[in-house]
Amino acid sequence: MAALLETQGLCAFYGPTQVLYGIDLAVEDGGITALLGANGAGKTTLLRALCSMVRREGEIRFGGKPFNPKQAEDAARLGIAHVPDGRGTFLDLTVEQNLRLGAYTRRDRAAVDGDLARTFAYFPRLEERREQQAGTLSGGEQQMLAISRALMMKPRLLLLDEPSFGLAPLVVKDIFAILRAINKEQRVSMLMVEQNANLALNLADHAYLIETGRMVIGGVASALRADEAVRRVYLGY
Amino acid sequence: MIALIHQILSGLAMGSIYACVALAIVMIYQATHLVNFAQGEMAMFSTYVAWAMIDAGMPYWAAFLLTLAFSFAMGMAIERFIIRQFDGAPVLTVVIVFISLLVIINSVAGWCFSYTIKSFDSPFPATSRFGQGFISPHEMGSIGVTLAALALVYVFFRFTPLGLAMRAAAQNPTSARLVGIRVGQMLAIGWGLAAAIGAVAGMMAAPIVYLDPNMMGGILLYGFAAALLGGIDNPWGAALGGFIVGVLENIAGAYLVGEEIKLTVALAIIVGVLVAKPSGLFGRAIVTRV
Repeated sequence: MAALLETQGLCAFYGPTQVLYGIDLAVEDGGITALLGANGAGKTTLLRALCSMVRREGEIRFGGKPFNPKQAEDAARLGIAHVPDGRGTFLDLTVEQNLRLGAYTRRDRAAVDGDLARTFAYFPRLEERREQQAGTLSGGEQQMLAISRALMMKPRLLLLDEPSFGLAPLVVKDIFAILRAINKEQRVSMLMVEQNANLALNLADHAYLIETGRMVIGGVASALRADEAVRRVYLGY
Repeated sequence: MIALIHQILSGLAMGSIYACVALAIVMIYQATHLVNFAQGEMAMFSTYVAWAMIDAGMPYWAAFLLTLAFSFAMGMAIERFIIRQFDGAPVLTVVIVFISLLVIINSVAGWCFSYTIKSFDSPFPATSRFGQGFISPHEMGSIGVTLAALALVYVFFRFTPLGLAMRAAAQNPTSARLVGIRVGQMLAIGWGLAAAIGAVAGMMAAPIVYLDPNMMGGILLYGFAAALLGGIDNPWGAALGGFIVGVLENIAGAYLVGEEIKLTVALAIIVGVLVAKPSGLFGRAIVTRV
């Protein structure tokens, strides 16, 4: 399968501090790719670098074309939806307003209502809470809202930053099952950062492991899972 | 009793002007967490522009609408070319910039239009058949005009996609960027809107306080008082605060302290509210984790 997103020698910086060193990564079109690593390895920074939220160097190709958005809003307009760590929902706005903001840049206004209905079919809890302020939702519901808002952008690539963070195992199981369904049915490619390696390797087709800003290993998820050395040293189980 | 009703109604008329100033201040505060001290001077300058157009023979309402458009452009330009340069600067730096703007606009207005006090005619008739002397036509007219402006702003923020995007950009700029909202543009539009609302206040105030470069000084203070009273993070609370301050000011001026020190009442309200309820009557207390 062709790569939807490719990076070559990607470096990222916070001010003068370099955080990522020459990352080569490919996200397959239509697949789910997981990005694993310990705390502080640079996983979140990698997602931010893809969206131009931090200063970066190196080459990125998206959909076969060079991808050089000036600001995060340009990345969003070019088809990359980022569900940030901490979810980033608009707490004072209602669930529906949050979702409609997801469709803010879309020109096909007529299709938005249909997509709203489709989103609610995946996450019926959100439809029940449609008029509620996002700040009153539970953590799991907020994660659902953040994912749904990103889907309302009709992205080609969904970046997910630790969708399981701070959620009960049962809720995580639900959300991951829905992510799988969305990936299959809507053909949305995903690049997911996860602390929970076991969970991510079960969901993903491909996985990469990064350590202190450098790529350690990458490949088919099942192979990575089967690799004794990788498992012991990096995944810790 | 009749005198009291008269005082309340004319307090509401001044209050509607304070409400506009308070709303302009709160709009910029919500987006930037900064208080624009130059808001009053911007409104004063707009009022001079309106005066110049009317003086040149333009019909009042045409000049009114053109002034709103001019103010919108002026607000956007100030944000784009001045305020944006200080993005990320320490708060104190930005405060100095705002105060400099206040002084600069004030002296530019004096230089362009002279410091001589000018009269600014009201678009409303001098006498009316309504109200039986409770309220002058200009007072009634300015309540109507400002309420219409407030209603338009409310509808804009509540029901239009652009208004929703501006609220999102003010609440959470990072997330707003991630859904593709151009936060910089939203900020500029916010400044434009605030300047236009301020211009409404200036044009409605000018027939009462007369037109001179310092006309908005007292009104800006009352606007601050209104914003703090209503809650600086709640635009509609701030607008309501404007009406409350207007009525309080008039009643205090007529019955309690006299005309001379009624400005003191505004400052007393600011201090009193900050002591008793720091987040304002309709504001939210924000708890920050440390």
